[in-house]
Amino acid sequence: MKSFSYVAVSDVEDAVRAIAAEPNAKFLGGGTNLVDLMRENVERPDVLVDITRLPLNGIEELPDSGIRIGALVRNSELAAHPVIRTRYPMLSQAILHGASAQLRNMATVGGNLMQRTRCLYFYDSASPCNKREQGSGCTAIGGFTRGHAILGASEHCIATHPSDMAVALVALDAVVEVRSEHGTRRIPLADFHRLPGSTPHIETELAPDELITAVEVPGVPVAAMSRYRKVRDRASYAFALVSVAAAMEVRDGRVSAVRLALGGVAPKPWRAHEAEEALLGAPATEESFGRAADAALASAVGQGDNDFKIDLARRTLVATLRRLLTEGSAA
Amino acid sequence: MGLTPSTASSVISLHINGEKHQLCVDHRTSLLDVLRENVGLTGTKKGCDQGACGACTVLLDGVRINSCLALAVQYDDREITTIEGVDHPLQEAFVRHDGFQCGYCTPGQICSAIGMLAEHKGGAPSAATEHLSESDGELSDAEIRERMSGNLCRCGAYNGIVAAIGEVAR
Repeated sequence: MKSFSYVAVSDVEDAVRAIAAEPNAKFLGGGTNLVDLMRENVERPDVLVDITRLPLNGIEELPDSGIRIGALVRNSELAAHPVIRTRYPMLSQAILHGASAQLRNMATVGGNLMQRTRCLYFYDSASPCNKREQGSGCTAIGGFTRGHAILGASEHCIATHPSDMAVALVALDAVVEVRSEHGTRRIPLADFHRLPGSTPHIETELAPDELITAVEVPGVPVAAMSRYRKVRDRASYAFALVSVAAAMEVRDGRVSAVRLALGGVAPKPWRAHEAEEALLGAPATEESFGRAADAALASAVGQGDNDFKIDLARRTLVATLRRLLTEGSAA
Repeated sequence: MGLTPSTASSVISLHINGEKHQLCVDHRTSLLDVLRENVGLTGTKKGCDQGACGACTVLLDGVRINSCLALAVQYDDREITTIEGVDHPLQEAFVRHDGFQCGYCTPGQICSAIGMLAEHKGGAPSAATEHLSESDGELSDAEIRERMSGNLCRCGAYNGIVAAIGEVAR
């Protein structure tokens, strides 16, 4: 690991001033991903600005029955919050299906959004990687691709975004609030992570001098009827091969409201708008669920080792909707 | 600390097992390495050093974390409990139920289980929880396995570990 300077800040103004003053500074939250990447020499900051003492650890209910989550709320605390468990059970489940209890106790909400891909070639500094070193090439393409993307990839990068939490958040139309010396702005989570295109090293819309201060989730009545399902190589403590966040309300046998998103399959948390459109107003049947899943995966492309994910995602989406229909919400 | 970044090292205080230690740490040093190398508390083990095995689990203000991914400088003035500071019925339960073979993962398993029992008592759900709105379910074997999934045991003493924790929990 490269040597670095360290500063702990106690208010947001100081934090954004400190990051603006140092071209190669990084914010340090729980450190669960950043410290690991520094040890691998993938991240090489000159300065770490420790933000864990900032007063950004509140969870507040909003007038529209939504919720405002401070960027430094720990993953475990968010998952256990009574409002999340009853109003947005798929968000609670998504968080609880990620990492381990120890890591969830350390990791922050803002850090979860900023975590980087677990593509093995990105971690291996001996392998060319367009994300790690712009223009150096992609070793994953034509390599071992079992964990890689089937949606939204490019000829420059096929890495997936590893978050579970963000999959549920994108289905809920969450908004990310960010702050710099120039003020505050709000970015819909759906636009926060970028597709790789020809610039896979630029992963988010966050500018280098901006700090995530909060995530807001609007009131989404259908979210009370939701579940998160994750398929992985072992029963717990592994990244998703495929995951599904699903919320569905059925009235008189027809789908009257629906939210769907996929994880483990794309470079960003993947909102399945086409599947939602296919399902809205349709009879709540196995056939409709299948058509929705086909719509969600219509543009999917396998890389060889991960071809199985296309059918797996399809079946997982159908199974999640079936379980919502027969057993109801995870709340 | 002021706004000017301190260079490669800093002086910090750690309260470890009730005792205050003032240390000068290189910023790169993990809490795990400080415990083992600077303070001489070698009960906490280094397994993977990347947050994947749980051997380094300690309690930070009573909450379980992976000390290998914790930069020590971040934990100035905090309370750390390591296996050397633990006196808990789980320890004898592990012996009774053969909750280990080589013992390398055991300090992490025990610190993790102490943190886990507190989380469960506080009403925290897990991925194995059937209904999220009901918080006071019994700690079934399935719940224990899920909640302890961050601690690997390569000897495969899992059945004994689950039995030991179950006995103390129920």
